[in-house]
Amino acid sequence: MSSVNTESGKPGCHKDTDNNAQHHNHEHGSDPHVHVDSAAHQELIIEGAGCASCVGKIESALKAVPGVENAEMNFAQRTVSVIGNAAASDLLKAVEKAGYNAKLAAAENEDDALAEKEKADQAYYKRLMKETWIALSLGGPLMAYALITGEVNVNTTTERIAWLVVGILTFGVLYFSGKHFFVGAWKSFLNHSANMDTLIALGTGTAWLYSMVVVFFPDAVPDQARHVYFEATAIIIGLIDLGLALELKARGRTSEAIKRLIGLQAKTARVIRDDKELDIAIEQVLLNDVVRVRPGEKIPVDGEVIEGHTAIDESMLTGEPMPVEKATGDTVAAGTINKSGSILFKATRVGKDTALAQIINMVKRAQNSKPPIGRLADVISAYFVPVVMIIAVASALTWLNFGPEPAVAFAIVSATTVLIIACPCALGLATPMSVMVGVGKAAEAGVLIRNGEALQTASKISAMILDKTGTITLGAPKVTDVLVAGEHDEQAVLRLAATLESGSEHPLAMAIVESAQERGIEMGKVSNFNAIAGHGVQAEVDGKTLLFGNEKLMRERTIELGDFVEKAQMLAAEAKTPMYFAVDNKLAAIIAVADPIKEDSIAAIKRLQHNGIRVVMLTGDNRATAKAVAEKAGIKEFFAEVLPEEKSKKVQELQMEGEVVGMTGDGINDAPALAIANVGFAIGTGTDVAIESADITLMRGSLHGLADAIAVSKATLRNIKQNLFGAFIYNVAGVPFAAGVLYPFLGLLLNPVIAGAAMAFSSLTVVTNANRLRLFKAQEH
Amino acid sequence: MLLINIAGFALIALIVWWFWLYKPKEAELGENDLVITVENGTYSPSRIKVSTGEPVEIKFIRKDQSPCSETLLIPDLQISDTLPLNKLKTIQLPALAAGEYAFHCQMQMYRGLITVK
Repeated sequence: MSSVNTESGKPGCHKDTDNNAQHHNHEHGSDPHVHVDSAAHQELIIEGAGCASCVGKIESALKAVPGVENAEMNFAQRTVSVIGNAAASDLLKAVEKAGYNAKLAAAENEDDALAEKEKADQAYYKRLMKETWIALSLGGPLMAYALITGEVNVNTTTERIAWLVVGILTFGVLYFSGKHFFVGAWKSFLNHSANMDTLIALGTGTAWLYSMVVVFFPDAVPDQARHVYFEATAIIIGLIDLGLALELKARGRTSEAIKRLIGLQAKTARVIRDDKELDIAIEQVLLNDVVRVRPGEKIPVDGEVIEGHTAIDESMLTGEPMPVEKATGDTVAAGTINKSGSILFKATRVGKDTALAQIINMVKRAQNSKPPIGRLADVISAYFVPVVMIIAVASALTWLNFGPEPAVAFAIVSATTVLIIACPCALGLATPMSVMVGVGKAAEAGVLIRNGEALQTASKISAMILDKTGTITLGAPKVTDVLVAGEHDEQAVLRLAATLESGSEHPLAMAIVESAQERGIEMGKVSNFNAIAGHGVQAEVDGKTLLFGNEKLMRERTIELGDFVEKAQMLAAEAKTPMYFAVDNKLAAIIAVADPIKEDSIAAIKRLQHNGIRVVMLTGDNRATAKAVAEKAGIKEFFAEVLPEEKSKKVQELQMEGEVVGMTGDGINDAPALAIANVGFAIGTGTDVAIESADITLMRGSLHGLADAIAVSKATLRNIKQNLFGAFIYNVAGVPFAAGVLYPFLGLLLNPVIAGAAMAFSSLTVVTNANRLRLFKAQEH
Repeated sequence: MLLINIAGFALIALIVWWFWLYKPKEAELGENDLVITVENGTYSPSRIKVSTGEPVEIKFIRKDQSPCSETLLIPDLQISDTLPLNKLKTIQLPALAAGEYAFHCQMQMYRGLITVK
C-alpha cells in the first residue's frame, strides 16, 4: 500500500496535465485565476480497506461531514477524492470513525522526491564506479602485457592453461561489472526489442566466447587466428561503465534549473485557524486559510494580502530584480521572499495550483518534450540496434568470404568492433539533453517555454509583432493635456468627463477618472450611458448631453471642430491620444492621454532588430499616435487603428509574406492573434502570469524577455544541431570504419578497445556539450 | 564456407523477423490491475491492448536505475512524465480513438505500444 501513496493518489493532476497537453491549448483569454474553484479538492489515502464493500462505508462517512459536496473512492488505489470546503482534520476523523486509517495525500513533495532521486543516483554512480575499477584492474594489466610482449597467442599447453585462468577471471569481470548489460540484453531480446545493452553484451560476449574457443579448441582456428581478446572484453566493459557513471554525473547538472525552482518552495506555513497560529506543513494549507508571513520568510502559497504591507522579492520567479511593494488587496506568490513587513494573507491557490507549482510542472513538461528537429533521430534510433546487428553479421561474412588470413580473426574483430562502437545513446540523448538545459536556462531568466516545438520555432522568428499597449508601453495611461474650447473651465470639463467615464473600464477612461481624483474633483451622476463601439461614449450628466470620443464621432454628430483638429494632430504627433469632448453638441475640450513607453522597451527593441528581426507594432490607436510611439520606440513599421478582432489578420498578413511571426501581447485580449502566430508570447506582469495561455510566457514585463527567449532558443537549437551532427557523424563514420571498409585501401582496422572508449565517451560528449548551454548568458540588459 | 554463409544470412533473417516482423502478444488492460514494470532495459509487458473510447489508467513501476528509463513519453498524446524509482506512477490516458500509440523512454531504447481496439 505504501508504495502507492506518493504517486498514485492524484488523478486530478495527471488528468490536468494530459488535457493541457492534448489540447495544446491556446486559451489565451483564460484568466489565470480560473483554476481556483470555490470548492476545494482534497485527496485522502485510506489504509485498512480490504474489500470493495468498504468503499460505500468510507464514502458515506465522508459525505456526512459538513461542507463535503462529494466523495469518491478509487478502490484500486485506495484513495478518496473529496470535494468541498471541509477541514482536512474533520475528514480524517470521519474515516477513522468508520474504522479505517487515513492520511492526506500530500501534493507530491518535490523536495523529498528530488532528495530520494539524488540518493538513488549517487548509489548507482558508486556501483558503476566499483564495476569500472574491477573491470579495468584486470583489463589494464592484461592490455599492458599484450602491448609489451605482443603475446596473446595460444599455441602451447602452458599458454592454454594460463589463458584459461585469464578467461575465467574475465568471466568474473563480465559477471560483476557487466551483468547488467547481459541481463538487459536478454530481457529485451525476449521482449523482441534491442537496445544498447544488446550491442555491448553481443560485442563483449562474442569476443569472450571466441577467445574461449581458441583456448579450448585451438585446432579449430587457423594458426594466425589464435588470438585471445580477454583484455579487450574487460577494458570495454570497464570503459562503458565509466562512461555511464560520468554521464550520470553530467545529467545531474542538466536539471539544475528545476532543482532551483523546487528549492523555492517553503516547507511550512503559519496559518491562523480558530484564532490560533499553527505551523503546518505546506501541503496541509487549505484554500482561504489565513497565512502569516514575517520579514525574511518565504511566501508558502499564493494569496491575497488582507493585512499589512511589505516589499516582496519576486526575482526568483520573474527575473525582476527590484522588490515589489504589496499592500492589502495585492496578490502574493508562493516561493517569493517577504523582505520588509509582516503580512497576513488569504490563501487563494494552494498545492498544485500555485503559480510556482504550475511553473515547475510546465518547465518539467517542456524539458521532457521534443522539438521536431529531434524526430529524425527518433526514427533512426528505433531501427538502429537491429541494423547494427545486421551490419555486424554482414561484415563478419564479408571478411570470411573475401578477407585475408586469418579471416576468422578479422571477422570476429570487425563484428565485435561494429557492435561496440555503435552508440544509439548519443543519438537518443542529443536532443533531450539540450532541451532540458535550454528550457531550464530560459526559466531562470523568467521565460517559460511551453514545449520543444515552441523552442524550435522561436529560434526561427523573422518578424515580431508587438502589441503597443501594455507591451511596449506601461499600459497605464495618464492625462497629459486638457485643451478647453471657448469659455469652458478646465476643472468643470474634467469633472464632467470623469463623471461620464466613471463607469467605464477602458484604460483611457480610467486615466481620466484618476486624473480627476488626483485633483480632488468630486464626480456627479451619470444617466443614459451609451457606448458607441469603436467611437466613444455618450451620456447625460447634470442634465447636459455629453459626447466623448474620436473625430469620426464628432463629425457624425456634425459638431464644429475648428482649429482643434490641428491641435489634436499635434498632440497625436507627440504620441498622445487626443479625444474630443462635447457638451450639448458643442465642442468643449480635447483631452489627451498618453501611455508612457516602458523604460527598457527601446533597448530591447533595438536588441531584436540587431538580431535581424523585423519588429512591427500593432495598436488600436489612431495613426498619428501610433506613428509617434513607433518612432519613439525605434520601430519603423506599424499597424494602427486595428480592431481587436483584426489583430490575428495582421499576423496572417505577415505570415503570407513568408515571415515566421512572433506575436507579443498581454495574453488576455490578444488571444486569437497569439494563437495564430508561429510563436505567441504572453507578457506577464509580475507573478500573475497567464501560464497556460501562450507558447512562451514572459514572467516580467520587460521586452528584454523576448530577446532573451529568442537568444536562448537559438543557442539551444545550435546546441542540438551540434549534438545531432556529432552523433550522426560518429555513428555513420564509426560503424563502417569498425567494419573495416578502410582496410582494403589503407590497411586500417579499428581495435575493439578503442571502439569501446569511443562509444563510452560519445554519449558523455553529448551530455557535456548540452551542459555548455548552462554557461549561456542572454546579452546585455 | 557455404554453410557459414547460409548461417550468416539466416541470422540476418532471424534478426529482421525477431525484432521487426514478429508481433508479440498484447497484454490486456484489465480493471486497474495492470502494472508495467520498467526494468533491465524493457517495459514489461511492452504491448498493451485497451478498448477504444474510454479513459484508462496505466500504472508504471520503475525498478531500473538507469537515468534513461526515468522519462516516459507518449508522443502522439503529448504526454511526457517522469517515473520515480520503485514507486507506482499512474498515467491517465484520455479516451482514445482506435489505433496504435507508441510509448518510449527519452532515447527510444525502452519501447512499448498501446493498441486501442
